This record gives sequence, C-alpha cells and structure tokens, in this order.
Amino acid sequence: MKYLCLIYDDEKQLAAMAKQDSDGFMGEYSAFTEGIRKSGHYVAGEALQGTNSATSVRVRGGKIATTDGPFAETKEQLGGFYLIEARDLNDAIAIAARIPSAKIGTVEVRPVLDYSQGM
Amino acid sequence: MGSEDAEAAVRAVVEAVYRTESRRVLATLIRLLRDFDLAEEALHDAFLAAVERWPQGGVPSNPRAWLVSTGRFKAIDRLRRRARFDTSLGELAYRLESEPSPTDSMADAAVEDDRLRLIFTCCHPALRPEGRIALTLREVCGLTTEAIAHAFLTTPTTLAQRIVRAKSKIRDTGIPYQVPTRAELSERLEAVLHTVYLVFNEGYFASSGATLTRSELSLEAIRLGRLLLDLLPEPEVMGLLALMLLHESRRATRVTADGELVLLDEQDRTLWDRERILEGSRLVEQALRSRAFGPYTLQAAIAAVHAEAATPQETDWAQIVGLYEVLQRADPSPVVELNLAVALAMRDGPLAGLPRIDAILARGELLDYHMAYSARADLCRRLGRSEDARAAYARALELTTLGPERRFLERRLAALES
Repeated sequence: MKYLCLIYDDEKQLAAMAKQDSDGFMGEYSAFTEGIRKSGHYVAGEALQGTNSATSVRVRGGKIATTDGPFAETKEQLGGFYLIEARDLNDAIAIAARIPSAKIGTVEVRPVLDYSQGM
Repeated sequence: MGSEDAEAAVRAVVEAVYRTESRRVLATLIRLLRDFDLAEEALHDAFLAAVERWPQGGVPSNPRAWLVSTGRFKAIDRLRRRARFDTSLGELAYRLESEPSPTDSMADAAVEDDRLRLIFTCCHPALRPEGRIALTLREVCGLTTEAIAHAFLTTPTTLAQRIVRAKSKIRDTGIPYQVPTRAELSERLEAVLHTVYLVFNEGYFASSGATLTRSELSLEAIRLGRLLLDLLPEPEVMGLLALMLLHESRRATRVTADGELVLLDEQDRTLWDRERILEGSRLVEQALRSRAFGPYTLQAAIAAVHAEAATPQETDWAQIVGLYEVLQRADPSPVVELNLAVALAMRDGPLAGLPRIDAILARGELLDYHMAYSARADLCRRLGRSEDARAAYARALELTTLGPERRFLERRLAALES
C-alpha cells in the first residue's frame, strides 16, 4: 500500500536552530532518504519552502480568489512529505517514526486511496 | 431418549461450545478471511450449521476446527453469491478458496496467536480510545452492542457507529492482523493495557448510578486481564491484573448501601475480599521480581501495601512514599506528585505534604482537579487552619459533579462549621 507521510514542523523552531544543529538535522534527512531508497520504501519526497511563500487559491462562482498565506494558521506547518510504499500501517508507522522531524514535530500518515480496489 | 430430547441435548452442546469457543473461532476466521464483518457472518453461519447438522451427524471430535472450516466455506459461498453484483468479490472468493486448507493452522498455539492478533488489532494505537474499547468488548469479549452501550451510558446507535468507524479504519489504512514484534511490543502493549484499564475504571470509579452493570464492566476487564496474562505473561500484564484485583477487592466497602462514598481509612477492612488481595499481591511480587515492571506494577504495589494493613494506622507509609517516588521517576505526572505529597504527609505530618501540593497548584497544574483541593483541605484541617480548609473544600465542591463525592465534601465542610 502507498502512504503519504506529511511532515509538520514549527518553522520558527527550525529557523532558530544554530547552523551546526540544522546541518546535523539535514544530514539526518539525507541518511533517512538514502535508507528508504535502499529498502525500497521510497516513492517520492520533497521539502517545501516556508509558509510565507504559500498562496491559497479558491474558485467560487467561477471567480478565482487568491490569498496570501497557507490554508490554515497552525502551530506546526506542513514542511515536506514522503510518499512511501509500505506493507501495512505498522510498517508505515515504523518508517514515519524514523523521519527526523518526528522527534520535534509531527508526521501525519495517510494511506493513498486505491481506485483499483473499487469504492 | 426421544428425538426432541436428543435435539435439546445437542442444542445445549452447541451453546456450551459457543460460550467457550466462539471468540477463538472468530479470531481465526478474521485471519483467514481478512475481514471483520465477513468473519462475523461466517461465525454466525457456522453455528447455524452446527445446530442443523450436529443432531444427525453427531458432534464433531474437534468442534472448533469444524466451525472454522465450515465458517470459511460459508464465507466463500457468500462472496460468490455477492460476486454476481461485484466481480472483485469473485476474485477474492477464488483467492480464499485456493489457499491451503486451514487445518494445519488449527493447532492450539496458532489459535492462541489469533486471539492475541485480535486483541492487538482491536487495541491498535491508531484507533481512538473509545473505538478500541467498543471493538475489544464486542470482538474479544463477545458482548452485544446493546450491553456495551448500556454500560457506557450511551445509545446502541452511537456505539455501533464507533465500531463501524474502528473497523473501517482497520480496513482502509491497512492495520495488519498481527502480534507486534519484540521491538514494537512495549508501545503496542501499552495501548492494550490502557484499553483494559479504561474498561475497568469505567466500571469502578464512575458514578454509582447503575451500580450493577458497572461492576460487570470491571469484571469483564479482569477477565480480559486474565486472558492477556495467559497469552502474554509480561510483567506489566501481571501488574495491571494485580491492580484491578486489588481495587476490586475493596468494591463492597467503598460505597455505602445508600451510595455514599467511603474513604480508604474509613472502610470496613474485614469486608475486603481476601482471595483477590492474595492473588493480587502474589502477582505484584512476581512482576516486581522480573525487574522489567512499569507504572501498573508500581500502582499495584501501592494498592497491595494498603491491602495488607489490617487497620489504617498500620499502613506502611514509608513503603508507599518509596513506591510513589519510583513511580514519579518512571512515569512522572502531577497526579502522582499529589499522591506522593499526601503519602509524605501521612508519614511525616501535614507540613511535609502541604508545600508540595501548593507547588503543584502554583505551577498551574491540577487547577481543575477536585482531589488536589480536597487533599489540601484535609491537610489544612489537620493543621487546625480551618479557614484555609473551608476555602479548599469549597473549591473542590465546585469542581465535581459526582453525587457521592459532592456529598462527602459537604459533610466535611459541615464538620468544620461545628
């Protein structure tokens, strides 16, 4: 099954990290990504620019309404994701727990809807 | 014996087999069919078939194996019939049928593993606590939806929804039907123990409203604890079972006939259930010896120290203080800190406890917890600080809605006035 791991961090906390700590943190991410590539769990993954770069788009009555900022103001913000292939939820949880941000933020694990299984 | 008598006799056998085996059969069917609903229907069909066929053909030598294999065939039949409307079910039926016959997986060890698989799946941490409770009582204990709803003072519809939601989450997110590996065990076991303890507490600490059904819930939790201990003799399983037994041993004395709350030091200790205390204390000792115990064992050890004192004056407060100190290190919480403060006050006098309670409140913790104020009130009362005691009892009274607790606090307030 495919699972999307949504990574939520406190941007302010990350920005306040000392250079040495944030280098170490990035190093952990590289090692983690390398690890799940080797184990065959990796499908895709990206880090996102900060929420100050976010633009929210809605179409109402055929009109596009564009606003500056993320969908919702939250204490922790969506900062990146991995799409993984895992045996089951336990396998996915075990992988999500190894994402470096899980130690300081939150990783939300969501199974991808599989249309081939019928709805 | 007439044919009617013979039929009644077989029916009695089927009922007995249902009581002892239905949960095991269900646990195995869920593994074989990989679906809770399909397995429940299969279980139902298998027992119907037993009622029809056993009177003529005789009771099979291994009823459980017969029920599993009959249930499995019935489920495949059902899928085939439904496949007329949904072709994907036809493929599923084919896949299930082409798997090796389940007889080799019917050995006792495999069946006991299925029961553990069922428990760990129903108590998966990805499910909401109320969903875990409902699913566990329904699937593992075999209680009806109506009985569970009644015990939790909710409607059968609400309860049925919780079960449906939990089952969908298991199916849709791919929660596997597995016993966790050693590495995952402690986190996963914690969720199981917590679920069992929530069931127990609901039957023990809640208001005295529907007393009868409530005690049923605690007894069910104890039964679950015993089953778990049989299947997985881990120290914390012993600790939790011991804790529940030691609490349960005092049930008869903690509320008066008219529903009034009786504090530990005012309970009639001659009425405590010796057998449960003995069993609980033995389990505590066994768990402590393992050196791999946790918070449940420590709480049980504290309960055991209370249980072993013939009078409140004989309570070994030094030992209780020591146990709370270990508990505070193992599983720190403001509630444990409060209990430690009370134990210190019992060992060394009210002045040893009061500053600690005030420190917790000053940190902004337990501000909504009536026990923090009633403990403070009690220490002030013992120090002769009536005005402080009165204020704290009044605050505690504002924070609790439970009838017996309120009346207890009112009595304490009235005693201060006189």
